[in-house]
Amino acid sequence: MKRGRLLKRVYMVAVFGFLYIPIAVLIAFSFNESKSRAVWGGFSLKWYVNLFHNEMILQSLAVSLFVAFLSASIATVLGTLAAIGINNMGRRARGAVMTLSYVPVVNPEIVTGVSTMLLFVVFNGQMSKFLTALLGTEVRLSFGIVTLLITHITFCLPYVLFNVSPKLRQMDVHLYEAALDLGCSPRQAFFKVVLPEIMPAVLSAFLISLTYSIDDFIISYFNSGTVQTLPIAIYSMTKKRVSPEINALSAIMFAVILAIILAANAFDAARERRLARALRRTQWEAGQG
Amino acid sequence: MNGAKKFFCTILALLLCAGLAPGALAQVEVRGGYDYTRFRDQDITLNVYNWGEYISDGEDGSMDVVQEFEELTGIRVNYTTFDTNESLYAKLKSGGGDYDVIIPSDYMIGKMINEGMLEELDMGNIPNFDLIDDSCKSQPYDPDNRYSVAYTWGVVGIVYNKTMVDEADLEQGWGILWDPKYAGNILMFNNSRDAFAIAAKMLGNSLNPASTDEVDAAAAKLKEQKAVVQAYVMDEVFDKMIGEEAALAPYYAGDGITMMADNENLGMFLPAEGTNRFGDAMCIPKGARNKEAAEMFINFMCETPVALANTEYICYSSPQKEVRALLPAELSESELMYPGQEYLALCEAMLVLPDDINSAMDRAWSDVRSYDTSGNGWIFPIILAAMLALAAFNYWRRAAQKRRTEF
Amino acid sequence: MKSKLGASPYLVWMVAFVAVPLAIVVYFAFTTKDGAFTLENIMGLGAYTTVFARGILQAMLATAICLVVAFPIGFFLSRMAPAHQKMMQMLIMLPMWMNFLLRTYAWMTLLERNGLINRFLGLFGIGPLQMINTGGAVVLGMVYNYLPFMILPLYTIMVKIDPSVIEAAQDLGCNVFHVLGKVLVPLAMPGITTGITMVFVPSISTFIISRMLGGGANLLPGDLIELQFLGNSYNYNLGSAMALVLMVIVLLCMSFTTADTEEMEAMV
Repeated sequence: MKRGRLLKRVYMVAVFGFLYIPIAVLIAFSFNESKSRAVWGGFSLKWYVNLFHNEMILQSLAVSLFVAFLSASIATVLGTLAAIGINNMGRRARGAVMTLSYVPVVNPEIVTGVSTMLLFVVFNGQMSKFLTALLGTEVRLSFGIVTLLITHITFCLPYVLFNVSPKLRQMDVHLYEAALDLGCSPRQAFFKVVLPEIMPAVLSAFLISLTYSIDDFIISYFNSGTVQTLPIAIYSMTKKRVSPEINALSAIMFAVILAIILAANAFDAARERRLARALRRTQWEAGQG
Repeated sequence: MNGAKKFFCTILALLLCAGLAPGALAQVEVRGGYDYTRFRDQDITLNVYNWGEYISDGEDGSMDVVQEFEELTGIRVNYTTFDTNESLYAKLKSGGGDYDVIIPSDYMIGKMINEGMLEELDMGNIPNFDLIDDSCKSQPYDPDNRYSVAYTWGVVGIVYNKTMVDEADLEQGWGILWDPKYAGNILMFNNSRDAFAIAAKMLGNSLNPASTDEVDAAAAKLKEQKAVVQAYVMDEVFDKMIGEEAALAPYYAGDGITMMADNENLGMFLPAEGTNRFGDAMCIPKGARNKEAAEMFINFMCETPVALANTEYICYSSPQKEVRALLPAELSESELMYPGQEYLALCEAMLVLPDDINSAMDRAWSDVRSYDTSGNGWIFPIILAAMLALAAFNYWRRAAQKRRTEF
Repeated sequence: MKSKLGASPYLVWMVAFVAVPLAIVVYFAFTTKDGAFTLENIMGLGAYTTVFARGILQAMLATAICLVVAFPIGFFLSRMAPAHQKMMQMLIMLPMWMNFLLRTYAWMTLLERNGLINRFLGLFGIGPLQMINTGGAVVLGMVYNYLPFMILPLYTIMVKIDPSVIEAAQDLGCNVFHVLGKVLVPLAMPGITTGITMVFVPSISTFIISRMLGGGANLLPGDLIELQFLGNSYNYNLGSAMALVLMVIVLLCMSFTTADTEEMEAMV
């Protein structure tokens, strides 16, 4: 048994090493004075300084954040509405909608990317011709922030649906009816009863959409036009002489992600503690009574 | 979260402060009589689409050309890069973006002109066109200088690592790229036109195939080469050659000079059979939103200090008349940068190919890249149908199983 | 609340931006540049059989390696104290949140001829080995990028396995392999199938990993498609035919691994 435990530990360390060593190396070399990716030339922060002067990176970061927030918000609203609507559908209709929703989830990203690209190529071409004829001046629709937003919303939507739907199904159907009986308008009942109930799922759907949108490269690559999101900027960096700024960027991204996760965890733990304390107090009060 | 955020803000602020010191701008001296400030405060953004590593970007104390332009004119520049003429073409053709300035090469400019993809330039807005050397004007791709203003020219050569390559082997010329002695140590162009040009030179043909047979012959040559090629690259070549990951790589002379400056073990030679002489020029694609501002950018690129900074940084030969005299001797007298007339006579420019040869080459390129014995044409439809049937069967089986368990 | 209307914007959106684009792909796959019907694009794919075969092979290999590596990890994790489980889960997810371009780039720097691994091996007088720009590097890249997608579903399903089931099997005289084959694997089957899809699909359709680690000589189906749409070959029709084939391959793979939508819903 002892040997088994040791083996197990060695195995775990090996796998986690495999997962983390490349990232650790990347981060370590962000502090490298020399430009080399394999030789250590002394400690330096200059790549961080350069990074914060790299307008292309900063701009693309701004674009990424803008697209992520906007598309996640729109997807969350549309998806939540859809979840409610679908919840009221018959079994068969719901199955059909769900199947459609699975298409972008299971389809390879590259297929999703090129299919929407083709759609926009066809649409932009036809629409430009039409508008040119209509307005009498040359109009040329092209890829850009709008097409990027549309594709991001599209691949976020199913995740919102899949997050919110189960929560809705768990919810007591009578809750909404009770609210109506107690004199709420349907609107009030929705905002005061239903929405708070499904809020955690909606929030997590929003966060998932946000991360998917920030992280996406392949679909954006085919649909972004002149706009550069952060992953596209990173890609164009790796295709040239690679500056260690890319390491600095990795280190910062890693730190930000770690901070967010730790914060979320601390927040969770605090809430649990509060809940436990409240529970104890009620028990104690009940005991008193 | 708050603590972490504060920590981060502090770090950020520190980094920003630390970074303020370098990169203070010295105003570029531009020629008089041109109003660079007429678009100030109009909130214009120019989309400039250029090759990677093809502009002086402020690194190592060089001039940051884009930033200088922004400061001078108040026009914002969204500067992005492509890696091959063909990907530029694909992107533009798909309506892939509203670019204002693009910098394709000779044959691609000709193709784009033929397909009505370029806007005619108003040379009244580009007075610096006068500074372009006559040898780079009225090129076959744009005989009347209506669509393009030359940016650079140069030749293609072979970069090699002196410690890994036997100098005597260099006499093979292009053939060294097929030499089994260097198997696994050879990098090759990752774009169709340049790759096919080398194969054509090997075969003693023109860079501009006259028939699809010539294309096929070149493709066969490239397939043969696959066994010795380590990787197909474009600008990745910089890191790979400087980092001594490979021994030989054909590439543009200007970039070769840049690589040699970064690693003294590297050398470059121009094969005796002759090579491709290319020219890249600035153009404005059809439908550009800010044509006049784009012309201003092109004019700015031809200003002597700007052209000089770019030339010193990218080491491509400049068509701007005043630049060569201002260059340090090691560049202005470099055989790689300004080859002698004798050698240039051996060189050939790429021309626009007829459509059928072009598409034959496009297809042949996919073939070369994925090369292996071609299977029977019917194999694929059959495999597809079989797969679909199998998938349908699986779904049906599952459904049946489920029905059974439900009862 | 009782109304189904809320779903209509969603439905319109999904039809316009999911169903219609796929229909356009099919249309392009079966037409020439001038829009006439043809089978030529699909037939022409015969020339690329090797690329597809290589893609399927490498993706299968990567999936198999992921499964073998992830299975014990998923099991060990599921047997840990709950507090530790949460932390471990996060440790596995953390690398996944880094952009995959950066993760792949990290391996590029490690595998190079003058990279860290070769330098390290050089200390013992081994090498330098040619690791980058080989098929092996591509498979490694796939395993590295998608391993967490295998571990997480396995872990999720194994947490639900009651330890007493395993104990009972052991008490009844099963050895380790019997426990594995007759108890653990069958019980973990839904997790295994989910994991397989989640690794196989992105592996077969990637074009970045092969470009960065395979040097462009180890072409994958994804590279071919990219070549037709934004790269050197510029042929939407051929590209669509390739995309169609990729979809069919994935559909086939899914038919083996996922039962029906309800099961899939559970995995998301």
